[in-house]
Amino acid sequence: MITFTPRDKVSKNWTIIAPILSIFLTIFFGLLIFTFLGYNPLETLYQVFLSPFSRIDRISDIFVKACPLVIVGTGLMLCFRANVWNIGAEGQFIMGTLLAGSFALLFPSVETKFFIFIMIVIGFIGGALWAFIPAILKTKLNVNEILVSLMLVYVAMLFIDFIVRGPLRDPMSFGFPLSKPYPDGAIINKIPFPGIGYLGQLHYGILLILLLIPISWLFVNKTLSGFKINVLGSAPKAAKFAGFKQNTITITVLLLSGGLAGVAGVIEVSANIGQLQPEVSFGYGFTAIIVAFLGRLNPIGILFAGIIIATVKLGADNAQMSMGIPKVVTGLFEGILLFFLLTGETLQKYKIKWSKVT
Amino acid sequence: MDALMLTIIATSIPLLLAATGELITEKSGVLNLGVEGMMLSGAVGALGAVLWLGNPYFGIIAGGLCGVLMASIFSIFTINFMTNQVATGLGLTIFATGLTGLAGAPLVGKTVPSLPKIEIFLLSDIPFVGEILFKQDFIAYLSVAIIIFITYFLKYSKSGIVLRAVGDDHQSAHSVGYPVKKIRWYATCFGGMCAGIGGAYIPLVLTPHWSEGMTAGRGWIALALVVFASWIPWRIIVGALIFGGITIAQLVGQARGWPIPSQILSMMPYLATIVALTMISGRISKSNSVVPASLGKPFFDTQ
Repeated sequence: MITFTPRDKVSKNWTIIAPILSIFLTIFFGLLIFTFLGYNPLETLYQVFLSPFSRIDRISDIFVKACPLVIVGTGLMLCFRANVWNIGAEGQFIMGTLLAGSFALLFPSVETKFFIFIMIVIGFIGGALWAFIPAILKTKLNVNEILVSLMLVYVAMLFIDFIVRGPLRDPMSFGFPLSKPYPDGAIINKIPFPGIGYLGQLHYGILLILLLIPISWLFVNKTLSGFKINVLGSAPKAAKFAGFKQNTITITVLLLSGGLAGVAGVIEVSANIGQLQPEVSFGYGFTAIIVAFLGRLNPIGILFAGIIIATVKLGADNAQMSMGIPKVVTGLFEGILLFFLLTGETLQKYKIKWSKVT
Repeated sequence: MDALMLTIIATSIPLLLAATGELITEKSGVLNLGVEGMMLSGAVGALGAVLWLGNPYFGIIAGGLCGVLMASIFSIFTINFMTNQVATGLGLTIFATGLTGLAGAPLVGKTVPSLPKIEIFLLSDIPFVGEILFKQDFIAYLSVAIIIFITYFLKYSKSGIVLRAVGDDHQSAHSVGYPVKKIRWYATCFGGMCAGIGGAYIPLVLTPHWSEGMTAGRGWIALALVVFASWIPWRIIVGALIFGGITIAQLVGQARGWPIPSQILSMMPYLATIVALTMISGRISKSNSVVPASLGKPFFDTQ
């Protein structure tokens, strides 16, 4: 029988070992399931985990794929630290994209050098507004934010579908549910490298990450607000006695995470798609939940986690093309990874002891 | 009218079963957000079993077993390894979405025979009522039986009272000598079984073929139903029928060409869930003790 005894203080070793061990255990169990279902485990291993590193443009595409995941994940980190369960980032991503995209399509003449920055701000507002619904219901009426934020994902998916098939459909799209192409100012360009040209889809949007990671690190580690968020999540009673305004913190983290999800949407669509279509997100909002946990709710960790998960996502795309495995299998690896990561959290706090059944 | 009522009932049965199972799980103090995942695995398990063995009744068993399997994974991590229940439940749904996508890939494009209706002797001849209530399939009868059983179980049986005690105050229940972890394991697996059978109902009766993510958020609506029912079993029937009605109403609206865009109509069940949660949450205050007090809190047994 296994018994747990609390540790005197959180084990530093486990903090580092747990995520690494989790990744290996995930690969092991994931491949076990693949073998069980009749797929070749070695080919799966190669396609899912190694093929994304096989060419330089593929490597740069990892960063492109990681970009939205890291941005959304950073926002979710704030929520999860405060013990607020926003699982509707997918919907906030969509609504941010939709609002900014509608602006770009309806007011293309506002064309300035700062057009894309205006869109990013509008995207933030769109995502934040969508997250404001669970925020206000949670704080005013004590409605469960998990269910509300998730239901709003379905609503957002249907809403963007309605908009691109209806009001914003391009009359020249030959019946396809697509909007007009974005005006030039709304497009994020690829980064040219002298002598090489473009590296895959690597675009200027990536630069936002370089800004976001240090800012969010400073915010959670060095500011009073960041401290309040941590206390509310880890010791809600202490937060209450200290007189922290719980509702204000809850609303703030939800708005920030929703806003960041919206920003991620704007960047993703402006850099890679260039117009509105029924599907703009491909599950980034849900995957970012795993990214936030894999990164141990820490900005630098989230950067690495985003890269790892992006690799698996691209690997799954490759596996779909070469082996006919459905893309959703990334969920299989993500789920197992999350289980082990959470177990790692327990092992940080408790020592395991094996003992004979008495 | 009969036909309409029958489709509403059929639509509400997966919700009814999944929510009933989750109610028992939550009464024991475990919040399993993986209902959507357990339903998906039940659906794919049922399809696989029927295609393999040919008899739709095996689908029910397979669906239930797949649900229990998923619930066991959840139990190992949350009950034995004391992981965060919210995150683990999300993980379970994500995991099951991937797993069922993979397992369901070979099933795409194949259809299965539907679960036969069972007429109950004499009762099915009663006009209107007989047609609706006594010409149902096995799972429909089963779900009513489960509701009646757990109403009795929670109120009058000793085990039911122990279950509630574990969910309300696990420390005290433990001090009195009840095996908290074991009871939570059973309750979670029961929830998994119900969700699995609820999921199985979707391919066995509603749409007889596999498509990725075919539960379409029903597991999440089932979770909302438990709150809506304030953890009282019979209210789940009312809630499930309301949601069944709303789902069918929007389908009817689309078919009859109501001047509302189909996407807006399709939003109705999800919006209704938010409205229902909002209305009920105002009334559930913490003093009102309908919410199991230990819900979502991991239990650490001091040894």
